[in-house]
Amino acid sequence: MDLRFTPDQEAFRAEARAWLSAHAPAAGSLPSLDTPDGFEAHRAWEQTMSADRWSVVSWPEEYGGRGVGILEWLIFEEEYWRIQAPTRVSQNGIFLLAPTMFEFGTDEQKTRFLPPMASGEEIWCQGWSEPDAGSDLAGIRSRAQRAPGDDGWLLTGQKTWASRGAYAEWCFGLFRTDPEAERHRGLTYFLLATDSPGVTVRPIPQIDGEPGFAEIFFESVFVPDSQVLGDVGQGWSVAMATAGSERGLSLRSPARYTEAASRLVSLYAAQLDRAPDRAARSADAVAQAWMDAEAYRLNTYWTACRVLAGGRVGPEASANKIHWSETDLAIHRAALGLLGPEAELTGGGGAAGNPWLDGFLFALAGPIYAGTNEIQRNVVAERLLGLPRG
Amino acid sequence: MRFAFTEQQTQFRDALRQVLDKECTPDDLRDACNAPMARSRRWATLAEMGVAGLTVPEAHGGLGLHLLDLAPLLEEAGRAALPEPLIETTALAAPLLAAFPSDRVTGWLEAIAGGQITAAVAAIDERGWMAAPTPDGSVVVAADGADLFILPAAADPDGRALELHAVPVADVSVTSVASLDPTRRLGTVGWEPSPTTLIASGDQARSTLGDLAERAAVATAAELLGLADRMITMAATYAKDRNQFGKPIGSFQAVKHLLAGAQVKLEFARPAVYAAAWSLGDPELVGSPQGARSASLAKAYASDAATEAARVSLQVHGAIGYTWECDLHLYLKRAWALAESWGSAADHRRRILSSLVDEVRPTQG
Repeated sequence: MDLRFTPDQEAFRAEARAWLSAHAPAAGSLPSLDTPDGFEAHRAWEQTMSADRWSVVSWPEEYGGRGVGILEWLIFEEEYWRIQAPTRVSQNGIFLLAPTMFEFGTDEQKTRFLPPMASGEEIWCQGWSEPDAGSDLAGIRSRAQRAPGDDGWLLTGQKTWASRGAYAEWCFGLFRTDPEAERHRGLTYFLLATDSPGVTVRPIPQIDGEPGFAEIFFESVFVPDSQVLGDVGQGWSVAMATAGSERGLSLRSPARYTEAASRLVSLYAAQLDRAPDRAARSADAVAQAWMDAEAYRLNTYWTACRVLAGGRVGPEASANKIHWSETDLAIHRAALGLLGPEAELTGGGGAAGNPWLDGFLFALAGPIYAGTNEIQRNVVAERLLGLPRG
Repeated sequence: MRFAFTEQQTQFRDALRQVLDKECTPDDLRDACNAPMARSRRWATLAEMGVAGLTVPEAHGGLGLHLLDLAPLLEEAGRAALPEPLIETTALAAPLLAAFPSDRVTGWLEAIAGGQITAAVAAIDERGWMAAPTPDGSVVVAADGADLFILPAAADPDGRALELHAVPVADVSVTSVASLDPTRRLGTVGWEPSPTTLIASGDQARSTLGDLAERAAVATAAELLGLADRMITMAATYAKDRNQFGKPIGSFQAVKHLLAGAQVKLEFARPAVYAAAWSLGDPELVGSPQGARSASLAKAYASDAATEAARVSLQVHGAIGYTWECDLHLYLKRAWALAESWGSAADHRRRILSSLVDEVRPTQG
């Protein structure tokens, strides 16, 4: 066992750190990515990263990456969050769709879709949830029927809670191609442009008032056969590969939390002078939040080394999702506790914003999206502990 | 980075699990409760396997390995609620003795490797982490029946000048002290420091005791992992077998979510404990704030994971779990005792936070 990084890994870290400190916008300087201006500013940052091959370091070079391994990706993420670089506007594509496309996509699909995903030229949103299919995702009713020319499909129905849906150029999602089949079968994974005829996007303001997600309506939207990912009728198992990476290793790297936890400790240290009684009352929560982030970091490296040795991330991904989402919430709740009555101030009117409040609102979504934590606990109980399905 | 155990470490763990499945059953634990003894037939088996003398230098009949190698074995000891003092003898006393070579020490190390003796370790720790349930450290774990005692003494009335002694059983009088888990064999130790028993003094004694406390916290954390796993497994098995409302209670979400919550805590405690065991063998981390935080993270996480597993596994068993007849209490009681030993979760959280604040505000400490 050795937890130290190799000299090559340290050199990679130094190179990433130097590039990021020379190029990354100042922390918090871009407008919210859920506003039109902010979305384009974040896209421009993706293009800057992509030009020097830093947007998707773990991808093969032919698609815009550097072909580095998972440990190097984690190192890059540590440097990325350390400098508080912008939120990745392309994250649905690069972290959720791309792993699935590498596994199930044709060469033509990879060549067509991955480079513009890496450069931020095409931003993706996720079309999974429907009004009547949330936690019960297999209850999807949006349908795809063969098009009259037999060269594609006509999609009809409604998707909702599509993050980045308000501005994204492309959407990946599940549609029912065989209404007669058992409900987990008969689903197919489609890729479609959101400017296709028959698509209507209606942004939904989130809890902070910004249109972070959207409803998407489909009325006989034509999608060619070349935009089916994986086999027709196999959408559920194809999609679960994406779900595994969303809950597992790739969507939420530990650096996001370890860096937030470091800032929480700094806030605590500052409040020891400003509001010592409140700091004393928050001490246990601050320490626990820091520990939760550190435990997540260690568990991620432990899992990454298991994957490098040929292991797969199975139902442990559900334990992971529960832990990171609750850690994020614990960090921000502790911070709001330290701020006390100041926590509610949003910092409008020209003052600097309140990143702890923004972060708290963001963290509240974590236990809900990517499969609620209640569903994840069912998975842990059934697949890790062998308890019977209800 | 290679954050994984070697094939050899994993095989050793599997071998120990097989042995303990046979030789440390719940019935064996009940026997040990009725007649607590320090050296059983089982301890001889552990010595033959190389477990008892794992940290004893090879020159003295041991395997010359480290706490990292011992950690998975301690996890198995926890899973079985092993009554013998593997932490005290192998994780603590043997490496401590090996650092102060003498003819007497050589004899003791050889006896540890041979399974002829067990040790008890009393720790007065200035940070207030107590191995035993009295503030002055006068109650010592595994004292009743031990052959060798590692005992600190104050060499002046202020207690500032510390000495560390290794005292054979012939020179002490032990009075046993009743506790919830009788296999812990607590006792008070009457003794007088003498030049022949002295092994370290002053700063050397102080730093040795500091290192000892870190090792003890991590070793105890490793046992807590095994205990938590055992309790969750017992409760999951029960939840599959026990029917109410016409189906297994494990099919109800309320029951599933209790066990899943405990399982998630355990999953995240494991790498924290392994990383801490590795840190204790890394020269750059030993004695560093980062190393100390690593040990505290391990103990806090493992204590909380085991306490949660204990609470949940009892709840899932219902009334049967509250009986003497059900085996669950054999593991609950050990978990409760170890969760508070060598620093509780709350102690270690406090220690981590003050260490972090020291780094943010170095001048104000």
